[in-house]
Amino acid sequence: MPREMAPGVTEGYIKVAPKVTRDGDKVTIDSAGVYYKQLNEAIRSQIADGAKHIVLENVNGQRYIGTGVKAKDVKINVHGTAGNDLTMFMDGPTVEVFGAAQDGVGNTMNAGKVIIHGDAGDVLGYGMRGGKVYVKGDVGYRVGIHMKAYENLVPIMVCGGKARDFFGEYMAGGMLVLLGMNTQFAEQPLVGSFVGAGMHGGVIYIRGTVESWQCGKEVGVTEADEADMAELKPILADYCECQGMDLAEVLSEPFIKLKPFSHRPYGKMYAPM
Amino acid sequence: MTTERPRYAEEASYKIHGGCGLMGICDESGKLMSGEDAILAMAVQHDRGNGLGGGFAGYGIYPEFPDHFAFHMMYHDIQAKEEVEALFDQYFLVDLAEPMPTRPVKGITDAPLLWRYFLNPYPSKLEESELSAEDYVVKAVMNINSSVDGAFVASSGKNMGVFKGVGYPEEIGHYFRLEEYEGNTWTGHNRFPTNTPGWWGGAHPFALLDWTIVHNGEISSYGINSRYLEQFGYKCTLGTDTEVAAYLFDLLLRRHKLPMELACKALASPLWDEIDRMPEAEQAVMRSLRSVYGPGMLNGPFAIVLGFNGGMVALNDRIKLRPLVAARKGSILMVASEESAIRAVIAEPDSVWMPKAGEPTIARVKGMDWPIHGDLHLDPSEISCAVTGTERSCDTVEVTA
Repeated sequence: MPREMAPGVTEGYIKVAPKVTRDGDKVTIDSAGVYYKQLNEAIRSQIADGAKHIVLENVNGQRYIGTGVKAKDVKINVHGTAGNDLTMFMDGPTVEVFGAAQDGVGNTMNAGKVIIHGDAGDVLGYGMRGGKVYVKGDVGYRVGIHMKAYENLVPIMVCGGKARDFFGEYMAGGMLVLLGMNTQFAEQPLVGSFVGAGMHGGVIYIRGTVESWQCGKEVGVTEADEADMAELKPILADYCECQGMDLAEVLSEPFIKLKPFSHRPYGKMYAPM
Repeated sequence: MTTERPRYAEEASYKIHGGCGLMGICDESGKLMSGEDAILAMAVQHDRGNGLGGGFAGYGIYPEFPDHFAFHMMYHDIQAKEEVEALFDQYFLVDLAEPMPTRPVKGITDAPLLWRYFLNPYPSKLEESELSAEDYVVKAVMNINSSVDGAFVASSGKNMGVFKGVGYPEEIGHYFRLEEYEGNTWTGHNRFPTNTPGWWGGAHPFALLDWTIVHNGEISSYGINSRYLEQFGYKCTLGTDTEVAAYLFDLLLRRHKLPMELACKALASPLWDEIDRMPEAEQAVMRSLRSVYGPGMLNGPFAIVLGFNGGMVALNDRIKLRPLVAARKGSILMVASEESAIRAVIAEPDSVWMPKAGEPTIARVKGMDWPIHGDLHLDPSEISCAVTGTERSCDTVEVTA
């Protein structure tokens, strides 16, 4: 971080192109103190020049990493704390964060995979339309808000720690999984209140139980049956492989399933049926 | 003194939508830090504001005047200054009056006249008023803000000060030479004005005595809060919602002597159905609190940091509509809107977490008087004990003030 005090104003980031080191199709970018705009320009131009593996060193809070990037076979490694709206509108790449992520990861994301080896913040997966988000640790408020699905575009998010209020709020499609395992909040409940409030599509699986007052009135809670577990197992296997966890341990506790009662709960509110 | 002049009006009455950024850092060991770290934390959150407001509060910064009220003043013109100084001469003993030390900074323009005064109430006038020194000062602040045209009190507490204005926070911090001050607690703010104008007095922190508030969000209950505060002699004149939060903490903590946790529960009240699920004793306390302080409850999205001599408290609205992250490294507690701001200052924190909505994150400087009536924890029986004085576990409540 630049910390110049005497002659000039302290800057959090400087608007200069980052230092880029290229080795074949692998590129390393030193992000220390680089403004998000120049950093993202460098990422995009390297992808345009055929880079397949981009390693971002010293990231701290730069926004929009991976945002809008459309490329299937590109891998971006983020070392540090990823800034807000990581992978927003992303379409294809795999982004792996060795650190924590801030708010708004996977906002309206289309396709690709985001692996976070730390905690993530609020509004994770906001309006997510496809792809996968795997968080190792705790997540914040309004996670999976308004996730949606269409035909074979089904977004999947797995959170390894605990979640706060409004988990899966207004969810319209896709799958949201909460494990409650890798948490720094041992004393706190698995998930907060208003789980699935306003939910009208998709499914939530939780390893453990919730009280009925924790759930929105639009959802029904059942034990996950054999068919559910058959659907869940390959996803958890992939998650465990990405996060270095033991699948048997994840499966050692029963899961519950939350589904909305209606896919159109407010249908009668505005138009008579 | 009586020449006609146009009434002072704030610039920019337009509305832009956006966020805000904030930070707070407190070394609970009482060790002093320069204002540089606060500036850096705000510089990292540069894009959360738009250059229409930045500011800082520092505590323990005036060790040479620890028992004087330090007034940081903003004057639109020389006439406002003369009028305020005439008031000061009448009601206070001013031991030092000087221009605020500043340096020219690109981007900072149209600064008002910035002065600071180290003063104490005139003893005979104070006696005559039958007020405490603090209430006497509050009255003077309200009087200046509401009746001296073009004069605003930026801060009025002991051994602390607010440095704020129109600009990005890193520019404002550099302008006020904050690296030359040392404090045990700092808060900072980056403003993105939404509903009210961006002007020097409207930048955060908002302050009264040594209470300061930095705030991200909007207080939709401003109308009812300000009417409620008027009944207690507070006048909301600065045209920004955050002002009410500073006065509410003064009312609840200093005048009504509520313990910190309860004051926070009054402002960010639990939802009624949450109260229904609480143990009986706690339910009774929360119901009373909501009934008594209904008009003081802060509605709408907020993340705030309250600073005061003795520590700081960070608090979110009860459904967490604005970001807040906390971290600890040894005796240092730090909060910010973004984790990156914390990591820019503290390279390897011992822990980083997201505080729970509506639950205060508290830092206390060791050895300093906790300015608050009681010191208690959120164990329900202890809460009801402190309020009703009836519960069995009263002995476990450690009241330090």
